Amino acid sequence: MTVGGALGKDLLGLESLSADQIRLILDTAEPFKEISERAIKKVPALRGSTIVNLFFENSTRTRISFEFAQKRLSADTVNVSTAGSSVSKGETLVDTARNLEAMRIDMVVIRHSASGAAQFLAERIESNVINAGDGTHEHPTQGLLDILTLRDRFGDLKGRRICICGDILHSRVARSNIWGLTKLGAEVAVCGPRSLLPNAIDEMGVRIFDRVEEAIQWAEALNVLRLQFERMTAGYIPSAREYNRVFGITRERLERAPRDVLILHPGPMNRGVEIDSDVADGPHSVILHQVTNGVAVRMAVLYLLAGGKPELAEAAKGGSGRGREERE
Amino acid sequence: MRPLLLRGGKLVDPSQNLNRIGDLLLSDGVIEHVGGSIAGPEGAEVVDCRGLIVSPGFIDVHCHLREPGREDVETVATGARAAAAGGFTAVCAMPNTEPVTDNQAAVGFIVRQAQRARAARVYPIGAISVGQQGKVLAEFGEMVGAGAVAVSDDGKPVASAQLMRTALEYARTFRIPVIDHCEEPTLAAAGAMNEGIVSAQLGLKGIPAEAEEIMVIRDILLARLTGGHVHLAHMSTRGSVELIRWGKERGINVTAEVCPHHLSLTEESVRDYDTNAKMNPPLRTAADVEALREAVKDGTIDLIATDHAPHHYDEKEREFADAPNGIVGLETALAVVVTNLVEKGGLTFPDLVERMACAPARLFNLPGGSLAEGGVADVTVFDPVAKWRVDPSTFLSKGRNTPYAGMALTGRAACTIVDGLVVYRAEVPGTERER
Repeated sequence: MTVGGALGKDLLGLESLSADQIRLILDTAEPFKEISERAIKKVPALRGSTIVNLFFENSTRTRISFEFAQKRLSADTVNVSTAGSSVSKGETLVDTARNLEAMRIDMVVIRHSASGAAQFLAERIESNVINAGDGTHEHPTQGLLDILTLRDRFGDLKGRRICICGDILHSRVARSNIWGLTKLGAEVAVCGPRSLLPNAIDEMGVRIFDRVEEAIQWAEALNVLRLQFERMTAGYIPSAREYNRVFGITRERLERAPRDVLILHPGPMNRGVEIDSDVADGPHSVILHQVTNGVAVRMAVLYLLAGGKPELAEAAKGGSGRGREERE
Repeated sequence: MRPLLLRGGKLVDPSQNLNRIGDLLLSDGVIEHVGGSIAGPEGAEVVDCRGLIVSPGFIDVHCHLREPGREDVETVATGARAAAAGGFTAVCAMPNTEPVTDNQAAVGFIVRQAQRARAARVYPIGAISVGQQGKVLAEFGEMVGAGAVAVSDDGKPVASAQLMRTALEYARTFRIPVIDHCEEPTLAAAGAMNEGIVSAQLGLKGIPAEAEEIMVIRDILLARLTGGHVHLAHMSTRGSVELIRWGKERGINVTAEVCPHHLSLTEESVRDYDTNAKMNPPLRTAADVEALREAVKDGTIDLIATDHAPHHYDEKEREFADAPNGIVGLETALAVVVTNLVEKGGLTFPDLVERMACAPARLFNLPGGSLAEGGVADVTVFDPVAKWRVDPSTFLSKGRNTPYAGMALTGRAACTIVDGLVVYRAEVPGTERER
């Protein structure tokens, strides 16, 4: 993992990153935010790079966000999804990877339903690998964009109280958030039905709330996870209706909080299930800000993995925006 | 057949309290003479065993030889040769073959393949239920008549308590153990590793210790109910040890085995999604390993068995959740036990021989397990201090799937003798020894 720049060869998860590396990505994302605000949203930083977006699982938001990030950095990209590819003809992951490698690509962005798939790929090919979500393991760029959004509001996250609500057991977003936030010194809690929390979650250094009302009393920000409906057929919870009544983030519950609580959601939302519309669309929601930050964070990750110098990110975008020094 | 004189080795045989340097003379397939210094008869082949331990042949009561059905990953012959290379003079082959070994013809086939192999002995284990479907009892009597030494649906748990009860009752007629793979199927469903902090972090579905322990106590209670002999395969948790101890204290007819990997590795081995650390039951925690080691020492766990489970390279070279369970074990078992229990754990060599040779023979009613004169000449000669590095490409098994690849281990078979014939000899016995 020493090839490439300051991040190493791959971005597989936030578990393996240091606090400094996480800050570096967030800092590098800052100058890239501005590019998306321009009329001509393109800089030449990755011109000539070939990137494959390898999506073995459905995704709209993450795939589009990566694609925009790549295009705005002038990379050449190819999208592969399982339907219609050789994967649907029974090709193994390792063969798919080797064939891509043989086409001399520079990076692979992989989304896969199996935990560990990104690492599996990274160990077998020379190209940089970016994990865009592997099973229920990690989704590092989502974690990073959530953290960037929190940092935009709070500045330093040390001592800030963030609660992740919902299906922690099956959430790769939760794991990446827990690693990233705890490394940056935030206090992290989880809240959800115990049937959707890993048994050993407290060993990851998080506080557990059984009742969402208690979480709201404690937290300065809630990251509300999507409730996946297949969990109900699997018998983890009885119904979406009861979930909303017991764990839903509603205006009534938030009004009893001792402070304004920032609301994040990695999307896509089930309005009226894990989150009510008036909260999602309310004054303390930063849900769309997360989406905007997603492009900048992914640009930063692509740029750094390609060996880009963090201090040149400002120059790389070819603009005259604020420098890094001024921001800090 | 030339007589074989094993000269100058340390004779270790807890079945007759033997633990001293001496000679062993084998002829006509039996142990002819055990003594301090034996003058070899005319024409006897002399094997220099100085510095080596000479013990009753090791017996592995739990391995998967894949024939019939998956001859691409192992056959009875390759498995029997791998066993001999690991110091085993006999192994018991689990019935989860394709088709399942659930009738006398299938049992007879394995017996014949084993005779052809002329390596370690291979005793078939018959299925408990037809097709291992967990519904209809297989024909224990005919299978025993054809050479089966036990019954098991291993690979699958016996989910039905009623079927397990009936099997324990019915097996009493034939005086064979009923081996259970203890796993409560609904709790373990889709599990890929131990449930705990590592599974939480890796995002892999966990199998709680309780999935094993629920079935352990069920089986112990059914053994109490029926008086049958239940043998619990591959125990992996501290809780199981406590339950077995509870059963034995009450005189219930329960015996248990543990695998070398559960005595040496923990769930931490799965951290990098290494599919060669994926097995069922899964690698557990350090506390479990510690409890299992203690149980081997105090005899709560009766014996060590490998659960040798060869898989094709391609089947392991994939996403963790989709990879098959199991590792090869025949050629590393002795060294893993010496390295982890003798060198570091305070297990004595007589106890090791008891767990790997004497107890399997006694509990499964098999020939061997003793160096007593007149007994079958199944003998293992091993180097207790040889250091070697595990190189799977040198395995005689077709399987290469091992988490021990590249590890430095201590202890290695030098010579394996079945029925008075040398079926394995390390290339230059003893030269690798470092003192």
